[in-house]
Amino acid sequence: MPEPFRSITSRFVLVDRDHVDTDQIIPARFLTTTSRDGLGAHAFADWRGRPDCPLDAPGAEDARILVGGANFGCGSSREHAVWALVDFGFRAVIAPSFGDIFRRNAVENGLLPVQVAADQIAAIRAHPDAEVTVDLEACEVRMAGHRSASFPADAFGRHCLLHGVDTLGFLLERAADIEAFEVARGDGGVR
Amino acid sequence: MSTAPRTLFDKVWDGHVVVPECVEHPAVLYVDLHLVHEVTSPQAFAMLAARGLKVRRPDRTLATLDHSTPTYAPDAEGRWPGIDPAAGSQIEALRAHCRTHGIDLCDVGSGRRGIVHVVGPEQGRTWPGGLIVCGDSHTSTHGAFGALAFGIGTTEVGHVLATQCLLQRKPKTLLVRVDGELGPGVTAKDLALAVCGALGAGGGAGSVLEYQGAAVRALSMEGRMTLCNMAIEAGARAGMVAPDDVTFDWLRGRPGVPQGTAFDEAVVGWRRLFTDEGARFDREVVVDASAIAPTVTWGTASDMTMPVDGPVPEPSSDTESAALAYMELAPGQPIRAKSIDVVFIGSCTNGRIEDLRAAASVIEGRRVAPGVRMLVVPGSDQVRAQAESEGLDRVFVAAGAEWREPGCSMCIAMNEDRVPDGGFAVSTSNRNFRGRQGPGSRTFLASPETAAASAIEGHVADPRPYLQEVSRA
Repeated sequence: MPEPFRSITSRFVLVDRDHVDTDQIIPARFLTTTSRDGLGAHAFADWRGRPDCPLDAPGAEDARILVGGANFGCGSSREHAVWALVDFGFRAVIAPSFGDIFRRNAVENGLLPVQVAADQIAAIRAHPDAEVTVDLEACEVRMAGHRSASFPADAFGRHCLLHGVDTLGFLLERAADIEAFEVARGDGGVR
Repeated sequence: MSTAPRTLFDKVWDGHVVVPECVEHPAVLYVDLHLVHEVTSPQAFAMLAARGLKVRRPDRTLATLDHSTPTYAPDAEGRWPGIDPAAGSQIEALRAHCRTHGIDLCDVGSGRRGIVHVVGPEQGRTWPGGLIVCGDSHTSTHGAFGALAFGIGTTEVGHVLATQCLLQRKPKTLLVRVDGELGPGVTAKDLALAVCGALGAGGGAGSVLEYQGAAVRALSMEGRMTLCNMAIEAGARAGMVAPDDVTFDWLRGRPGVPQGTAFDEAVVGWRRLFTDEGARFDREVVVDASAIAPTVTWGTASDMTMPVDGPVPEPSSDTESAALAYMELAPGQPIRAKSIDVVFIGSCTNGRIEDLRAAASVIEGRRVAPGVRMLVVPGSDQVRAQAESEGLDRVFVAAGAEWREPGCSMCIAMNEDRVPDGGFAVSTSNRNFRGRQGPGSRTFLASPETAAASAIEGHVADPRPYLQEVSRA
């Protein structure tokens, strides 16, 4: 169950490319684990050590926000990508668009996907040393000296993140509805 | 029941709503079939164990070993000598979880093991109109049968194991109508790549695609699976094709479907699974099948596609320029100028019997070019057995290719099957991402025919001359 998320203020790491897929975020060879812990060490593993790797930049280890390009987190369904980013220290990813499964996985793990328009991203990118605030209560991204940008948040996802709600618990509370559905389709006796 | 015209997607969605969605929460959807594999399930089983929960419907759960499983032969105990210890313990973990929870595991020796999206349909567990999920993005494959099928994360795998349900907001609908006829040597894979090119790598985001049109109707089930498999590569949640006689004939007699007259009764219901006249899609795209050539990718995203006989295109963004640099390609040069190191035939995209027949028809009586390693990895035990009964294994081996055990293999490069660092591969798989086939690997995605022709020539090659020879013979 993720810890509640209200607002964070932090410097950011810029991953300045569109279509950053989950194979970049964590290559498949690190998926042989049976745990969800410790994957931050493998975040962007094949980028690390290169001169232009944003996660090696000074201060990256203290950043809580990642700023990415369009279609961030596309590709594989591996939740390991989100586990790796969270374990590295990120709590929010700001991008113009996201891969659908990555977005779902992020919310489940307390990593806030923040979708803002490309020109807003450009304003943030222009200030690589700025502190950025992601405020989930107000659904706003703020940066000193700039107009704030609002971002959409699904009411349920927002509620879960703000209060650290356990989504499995939500489903388990629907057990009677689920059983009734099974019975109605003549499939109730299999358990 | 509403009488308003509905799309195929609407009909399947409506049939699985346990609790309708509202502003405050998503819909609770009932899952008919949950497919499980060794890589994305262990943390979900741990979630159940931590709460003392059991699997609600083991009978609606089917497991297999494919992703990190080696493609060399196991020993008599079903273990792989010399396997990476982490991969080995993942395999043993799934075996233990399936025993604990009474889940049917398509294990070594069952004759049913294989890639999860090959096994489900093959075993008749994939039904028209069903809702199918798996902790794997290529679950979209099953949409070929008129199912609503999509990939989920491991937390959601836990949700489905524990409750057989999933929380989902209703996605948008996108009609992809493919008019006309595919030309000679142009396959479902080329169509799938062309659709990625037309929609863009993220163009289908938030949507379920329905493929309609003459060119889709003309596809075999294998071809429809290839097409739906790559819906995710256009960013879509799922891809669907309305079932028809091709679907029903393919499914009839398989172990998981009703048998005899019960099958005919099921077909009566399945025939209602189509988009009603006048139903509205959120968006519509038309693709001209006759304009599609054998297609390959030149870059590192699914929409970076080109005709195999064309020049490498000019980049239109920084991302495309970076992709060209990674691929060591220059705009304007023919793609055949790049020599290759590996040819991979297999995966949930193109690891079925028709795919192997197509590749074999090109390479029969020829040799893999010197310096090229060619792997042929059947999608399942059944595909492997069928291919061997037709002598396809001997065709590949005689050409100098490796004939392997089933698995995901070099598509995801979790086991030993990897493209060497810096190497170039022509692959029938689904992702050309940087390093996808191994650290530093470069991938050209292609059809089995194109991959086989490329193996012969040692560079990306047009398969059509080889196919003409076949048809003249």
